[in-house]
Amino acid sequence: MKRLLVFLRPFIPRMSFGFIIKVFGTLVELAIPWILSYIIDDLIPLGKMQPVLVWGGLMILCSLLAWLGNIIANRMASAVARDFTGKLRHELFRKISFLSERSVDQLTIPSLISRVTSDTYVLHQTVGMMQRLGVRAPIMLVGGIIVTLTLDPVLTLVMVATLPVVAAITFFVSRRGARLFQQVQNASDDMLRVVRENAAGVRVIKALSKSGYERKRFRRVNDELTRRERTAENTMALINPAMSFLLNLGIAAVIVAGAYRVQAGTTQVGKIIAFMNLFTIVLNALMAINRMFTMFSKAAASSSRILEVLDTPVELFETEPHFSFLPEHAPHIAFKDVTFRYDRGSFALRHLNFTLERGETLGIIGATGAGKSTVIRAIMRYYDIKEGAIEIDGVDIRDYATADLRKKFGVVFQNDTLFKDTVRENIRLGRDISEEQLTAAARRAQAYDFIMSQGGFDTPVAIKGANFSGGQKQRMLIARALAGNPEILILDDSSSALDYKTDARLREELRIHYPHTTKIIIAQRISSIMHAEKILVMDQGNAAAFGSHKELMENCPLYREIGESQMGARAVT
Amino acid sequence: MKEERQKMKKSAVLIRLLPYLLQHRLLFVLCILLTIGGNLLGLAGPYFSGLAIDAIEPHRKAVDFSGVWRYAGIMAALYLLSAILSYLLTRLMVVISRRVVKQMREDVFSKLTELPVGYFDQNQTGDILSRISYDIDTINTSLSHDMVQIFASIVTVLGALAMMIAISPMLVLVFAFTVPLSVFLTKKITGFTRPLFRRRSAKLGELNGFVEEMISGQKTLRAYSQEENTVKKFDRQNDETVEAYYRADYYGSTTGPSVNFVNNLSLSLVSFLGAVLYLKHAISIGNISSFVLYSRKFSGPINEIANIIGELQSAFSAAERVFRLLDEAPETKDADGAAELNHAEGTVDLQDVHFGYLPGQEIIHDLSLHVPKGALVAIVGPTGAGKTTIVNLLMRFYDIDSGSITLDEKSIYDLTRRSLRLNYSMVLQDTWLFQGSVYDNVAYGSESATKEDVERVCRACSIHDYILSLPEGYDTVLNDDGANISKGQKQLMTIARAMLLPASLLILDEATSNVDTRTELQIQQAMRALMKDKTCFVIAHRLSTIRNADEILVVKDGEVVESGTHDSLMQENTFYKQLYNAQFA
Repeated sequence: MKRLLVFLRPFIPRMSFGFIIKVFGTLVELAIPWILSYIIDDLIPLGKMQPVLVWGGLMILCSLLAWLGNIIANRMASAVARDFTGKLRHELFRKISFLSERSVDQLTIPSLISRVTSDTYVLHQTVGMMQRLGVRAPIMLVGGIIVTLTLDPVLTLVMVATLPVVAAITFFVSRRGARLFQQVQNASDDMLRVVRENAAGVRVIKALSKSGYERKRFRRVNDELTRRERTAENTMALINPAMSFLLNLGIAAVIVAGAYRVQAGTTQVGKIIAFMNLFTIVLNALMAINRMFTMFSKAAASSSRILEVLDTPVELFETEPHFSFLPEHAPHIAFKDVTFRYDRGSFALRHLNFTLERGETLGIIGATGAGKSTVIRAIMRYYDIKEGAIEIDGVDIRDYATADLRKKFGVVFQNDTLFKDTVRENIRLGRDISEEQLTAAARRAQAYDFIMSQGGFDTPVAIKGANFSGGQKQRMLIARALAGNPEILILDDSSSALDYKTDARLREELRIHYPHTTKIIIAQRISSIMHAEKILVMDQGNAAAFGSHKELMENCPLYREIGESQMGARAVT
Repeated sequence: MKEERQKMKKSAVLIRLLPYLLQHRLLFVLCILLTIGGNLLGLAGPYFSGLAIDAIEPHRKAVDFSGVWRYAGIMAALYLLSAILSYLLTRLMVVISRRVVKQMREDVFSKLTELPVGYFDQNQTGDILSRISYDIDTINTSLSHDMVQIFASIVTVLGALAMMIAISPMLVLVFAFTVPLSVFLTKKITGFTRPLFRRRSAKLGELNGFVEEMISGQKTLRAYSQEENTVKKFDRQNDETVEAYYRADYYGSTTGPSVNFVNNLSLSLVSFLGAVLYLKHAISIGNISSFVLYSRKFSGPINEIANIIGELQSAFSAAERVFRLLDEAPETKDADGAAELNHAEGTVDLQDVHFGYLPGQEIIHDLSLHVPKGALVAIVGPTGAGKTTIVNLLMRFYDIDSGSITLDEKSIYDLTRRSLRLNYSMVLQDTWLFQGSVYDNVAYGSESATKEDVERVCRACSIHDYILSLPEGYDTVLNDDGANISKGQKQLMTIARAMLLPASLLILDEATSNVDTRTELQIQQAMRALMKDKTCFVIAHRLSTIRNADEILVVKDGEVVESGTHDSLMQENTFYKQLYNAQFA
């Protein structure tokens, strides 16, 4: 919580200015009842209208000033809250954008989403409220106590004797509250996750008529969330009554102590009466402060969730390249004894070795879960490998700036994303790409014709590309990968929804137009990769075989089996 | 997401909110009683403190210590009681508000389960999430607490008014001017801020939608080093969101000070008028003084109510978004007297079917086909030809525009959706797994499946060994849509899931597209067993996998252009032959 205050620092001047206005507004407002009592007690009995008119006019003036002051201060507070939240959300989203895949796996996507949205929202409210309520109450509290001190310091001490207890209770309860509210937020993540899953799996759920089951599943997380919310709120509910009881106990003690002091002649009854009146002010102020404490507990919970993200180290990100010249005659891509495993799970890559020259095509084939996609994640540095080295142009990929490294690639992932935008923007994806490049990429990806028949590059793409068929989506994604004329093109099983004819044409286009692009193609169909110079057959993270189609058909029983099953005798060509 | 900007009337929103509160009307009344009780005890405190002070009163020469102690004791007891009451009240409020929120969330979720598939194709998940979390929370923050406040205040206001009238009806006239002024101001301000609050909720929903989309697609954005650009886009969205919040606040936060101003104004007027009346000997100083005290009690709650109404603005616009979702048209009801069709034979007929997702953009033109029971029908064709759309129609995820679809010679529109869909088992290209154990995911849809059944189908799908290699085997919880499991493995799990279902029709839409062919061969026997005696619709690109289909339908541009067996299609110079040969090119 405290650490997030750093974000408030730039606003201190504005906040102070707003604070001053608010103090002014509050003081002016406090003058009103004082003037009123002056009019009633002193002026009206005089029986003259004129002073009443003057002071009454002054009262209206004060009301006006208070009105203006409070509105201005409120608006300034809102502006600060707006700028604070804008900045915080920006930093948080930015941080998430640069988090490593490993951290994203750990924090989980749904939780990250709710941290950017609902947690920052809680802070927004807090910052606004803090400025609006945070002035009046402390002024009343401190002012009230000062006035009682001038009346009778001893009785004041009696009155505030319970304050330490009140403070202790408030402190412990709200600290516990902060923990509980964090659990609330986590339970809320779970609830949202179920809703998210239902949105994603609506077809399966409807097909299996499992809506009832899903409702039950939702009820479970909803119950849990409700339970947590209740626990948190019930805990916080303790503060207010405890505080008001203890303070009232204090005032009863003042009466008793006052009685003894009156007896002893050290104080007067009038002072005790004045005490009673001031006490009401103090109590109300404390109640308002207490409301802020509840807010703070929530804010503290959200803060720690936000800080958790902000504190996650960005393990892979580097800005400065670590080399000055490229070694000559190095292969374009080299895997040297690469070993990797995910945090949860078995080895994904074991002692993988291969090299690719510029312009060559590598086909990767292998059983489901053999580690094919992991090769991609490793070479693009989504995950850092544990052992061995991956080199591009003879330089370890860890020595490139990440942005420079990624710039070399055009990639289509296995379940890649189209965004809610136009076709053009989905292919450009924010890069500086000319209209010619765009058209060329679309043509070569076999996407141009259907894009034109559906209304051209400015056709909107719906959420997740829902208005295009599976094959059309893949071709737009391939166009995206080609549009940047990449040094290395990666297609991870991304022609699975293409019919053979289209797939064949695509391969032909790649061969003709991208001779210097090194291509890595993961596929299930042998026909998609059989023309590659090099083919890597993977089996449980190992390289089972490496070579050309012809060599593999001769030497690799596994490959031969796949080949023959798919293409019969024609495979042997 | 296209939110109709058509406004919902405030009263309409309120009327729909009330039932949620009225469900707990007994608790609600109890709350109001507790509030009033607490207030009365609060008032009794000063009374006894007065008595205690009287006991100190010096003109009795000596302080009456026993009296002081007694009254101080009573005070302490009263305050304790008051504290207990207020604690109970808060607990009760928590109970009510939590129940209301829980109910609302459940209603929204139930609604989501009733909505047609199309709703999820058109609305951003993030926006839906925003409604079920942020909007409902906003409603709750104001609603339950503020309602009790308002009801409790009314009592105080009426009491104070009665006392003021008793003292001086003339002075009350001041309020005949200022109260309507407060009401007028509040009305004006809220009328003005309502669209602003509506916009604020909508913007937050949009932001959620954006964040959801971007964070989910992060891997891709990174591949193209779009981090900075995305942050820029986010900033735009974010700025709009906080600005919308600010605009609402900017005007919304004027309500409190304004009403306060009117109150102060009325105090000034009271003192003027009081002075005039005093000069005419119509009122005493003491009475003016107590009138002022009561008028504070009178205007305090009015001030409070005005503030609450300001706060309610955000609740109303949030409620509007929630109700709008609740008002979405659900999947059309099953036809009257819709029949249950359990264990269908499996004969499917399509007759002159026309369909388009959007009006005017027909995707399926005049499609007719007859599928006898137990047949294996393969649907092939270039991408974008409408193959997946046929699945959407067979399962009634979307309704056709014209023509007819029958199952066992009964129109599927005369069957209950539930029974229609349960006759199918389905494996889609887009695998869907939820956060739960592997076991739960595979057994999804077949409640009676035993552990042995699940292991049997997983073995048949060649995924048993893999599952055992996971840290906790079948009890391993799959996280976040199974992020660290390869897509092929996910497909195998969903095939295993389909194997457990006792359906008589089967749809395989690119079911093994991400499974390598060797594994596919291994599971072929299991697939054959799965397809045995079932009417099967298979959509596949790997034409080798469908060579033995009874009937191959070649779909192009929403029409069946060719049909026949593999052999008959290969004999002529067909489009199919081109497609088939292309895979060996």
